[in-house]
Amino acid sequence: MHIHAYEKLWLAASILLILLLIGSVTYGAVGPGVAMVSDSEPPIDAQALDEDDRFSEPRVEQVGDNEYVAYVVAYQFGFEPSPIVVPENSTVTFYVTSRDVIHGFEVAGTNANTMVVPGEVSKITVKTDDRQEYGLICNEYCGAGHHVMEGKVNVVSQAEFDERNSGGDDA
Amino acid sequence: MSDAIEAEQSFVDKFPDEARIVRAALLSSFLALALGAIFGIIQTLHRTGVFRGIISSTDYYTSLTAHGVFLAISFTTFFLVGLFTWAVTRSLDRPLIDIRITWTWYAIMAVGMTMTGVSILAGFVPALDMSADVLFTFYAPLQAHPMFYAGLAVFIVGSWIAGADWFRTFLAWKRDHPDERIPLQTFMVLTTMAMWYIASSAVAASVLIFLLPWSLGFIDSVNPTLTRTLFWFFGHPVVYFWLMPAYLLWYTVLPKIAGGRLFSDPLARVVFVLFLLLSTPVGIHHQYLDPGIAEGFKFISMTNTMFLLLPSLLTAFTVVASVEYGARQRGGTGLLGWLTDLPWRKPEFTGMMLAGLMFAAGGFSGMVNAGMNINYMIHNTIWVPGHFHLTVGTAVALTFMAATYWIWPQISNKPVYSRAIGLFQVVVWFVGMALMSNAMHAQGIMGVPRRTAEPEYSGFDYPTMFGGFEELNVQIAIGGTLLFVSTVLFIGNLVLTMGNPKVSGLAESLPPALSGPDDAPQVLDSLRLWVGIALTLVVLAYALPLAAIINRGGLLGPGVGTYPAWIAPTLDALAAAVTPILGAVGGAASLAGVIL
Repeated sequence: MHIHAYEKLWLAASILLILLLIGSVTYGAVGPGVAMVSDSEPPIDAQALDEDDRFSEPRVEQVGDNEYVAYVVAYQFGFEPSPIVVPENSTVTFYVTSRDVIHGFEVAGTNANTMVVPGEVSKITVKTDDRQEYGLICNEYCGAGHHVMEGKVNVVSQAEFDERNSGGDDA
Repeated sequence: MSDAIEAEQSFVDKFPDEARIVRAALLSSFLALALGAIFGIIQTLHRTGVFRGIISSTDYYTSLTAHGVFLAISFTTFFLVGLFTWAVTRSLDRPLIDIRITWTWYAIMAVGMTMTGVSILAGFVPALDMSADVLFTFYAPLQAHPMFYAGLAVFIVGSWIAGADWFRTFLAWKRDHPDERIPLQTFMVLTTMAMWYIASSAVAASVLIFLLPWSLGFIDSVNPTLTRTLFWFFGHPVVYFWLMPAYLLWYTVLPKIAGGRLFSDPLARVVFVLFLLLSTPVGIHHQYLDPGIAEGFKFISMTNTMFLLLPSLLTAFTVVASVEYGARQRGGTGLLGWLTDLPWRKPEFTGMMLAGLMFAAGGFSGMVNAGMNINYMIHNTIWVPGHFHLTVGTAVALTFMAATYWIWPQISNKPVYSRAIGLFQVVVWFVGMALMSNAMHAQGIMGVPRRTAEPEYSGFDYPTMFGGFEELNVQIAIGGTLLFVSTVLFIGNLVLTMGNPKVSGLAESLPPALSGPDDAPQVLDSLRLWVGIALTLVVLAYALPLAAIINRGGLLGPGVGTYPAWIAPTLDALAAAVTPILGAVGGAASLAGVIL
């Protein structure tokens, strides 16, 4: 089979491009450490979230030195808690599940983004920057009121976060 | 060779029965295009906030379902079956085995699409207890009326019989020509259909085993991750099912229109074999952000996806080289000067070239989508429809429209009403899509979601990049309006063409490739081998993920309900009404199993 010299060159360049793209994704995984949403969390009964101690009361909790977890429930058509309040310059792990249909969980303008599937728990860990209010969007069609499904992620100062939580925790 | 015979007689002169069914299939395709375009213009004005008076935001999703199903399934597939019928008949230079079988599959497909279409459009009429507001992806536990799923199954079965029709015609040809290479166009049809059988088996299984029984109330729930994964098993190769007819045209027709001939027949075969092998084991890249699927499976899917770039990159070379050869045959010279010696006044040429150019842009945004970790930034944002309006919405759709200006006279003996309007139409499409798609990509990076009636929110504003949100909305609205105008011009031009008197002398021949099939290794024509490898790759890519998903959530899902709940009270009545349809579908499916 005759292959023109230019075509061989093009073929080599194409394969090089493909290897570079795979390399860049691999680098993103092992260098900056961008982990994929995965099957790390066990499945959950979507119709019995009330009996689950994480999701019966959706909330943000401190779990370590500057480390927080947020348990979030998506539903037709909103998110709980709302707003989700987390401290600035901290590490936050979101555990998100749905009590009805498939939703999306996207902090607008950032790469904090995951599908939310009933029966599964999505886990993503993010680092927060300085104080800012972000929009929280459902980015998967979830029914007739999909466009009104929104929430907020408020990144606040440590002092404000502590003040908000000292009131709520003891009650 | 069969390639040079039809210099005198046009296709319709030689094969009047086949030409009739090609025309019927293309007209079905363009009916879907017209309907899809109407919903498209409604959506582009609604979503951008320019005009929200035509439908309510709730009905937007009915419209979006119709837009997706009519364009992505009906427009594309009906054009494909018409084009493939033409290509098989032309390149084998013989009629189909039995035209009654051909009309049968056409009728089955038409009935299936009508059932699905009616179930969707009924969503606009509150008095009718029927809707299918589930979008083109129909993710459970959102549920459509049973007729939606049944229609899809019937439609797919029809396409399977179409494939069997072409395979049987090829086998009959093979008996008469035992030592000849498979003609290139038939080779392209057969490899594409082999890929289609593998890919569509998963969605057929999902519909027949889970979604249809569930919508009829026979089972209470389904596993959303399982049905979603079976959808994407089909959902990625389906984009190549849309694209392969365009590739067939770029490889075999475009070089001729440019004044030359295909550069390399063997490379064209290699490309189609690569698509057969690699189109399916990549679907999990649509599920990079799904919980319940291990990161390793996503990584495997990502590498396969990147290698799937190879056949498209090879195509870019071969097609451009073939066109350059054509230009030089026409007297073109210089490093780039030959570009001026191409037939830019022909709508079929300019349309296909602009489609190819946009496909290159779509390929680059596709590389971003495929990049597993960059995908976080754009997943489910309007970037994604920005991407596929370049690929299926232009590379495929504009090529189909452009090719119609070339093929319609040959299948009807009627010259095109106005080639000038045709040229204007393809350029308007290009300009409209450039505006709309570019702005969609830009909004996507800002985080603006896809699939929503009202992308503006009460609690926050989007960050400003590449122009503000509102400014980009205006670009989308102008672009979408131009696309609608272009579609109207296309349909109008075709209708007027159909009113033209018949003439003779509209035949076009296709010259053989510069480097012909005799240069291709014999093994390339060994379809059994390639199908075997393709199946092996599919098993390797999907056996473990599917087993893991079933192991986690069970076949029928981990306690997931059914939405919308309004279907429940009427469920029994619906079940009684639609059970005969289910029986017919089952019968048709088993019949197809026997035939195949």
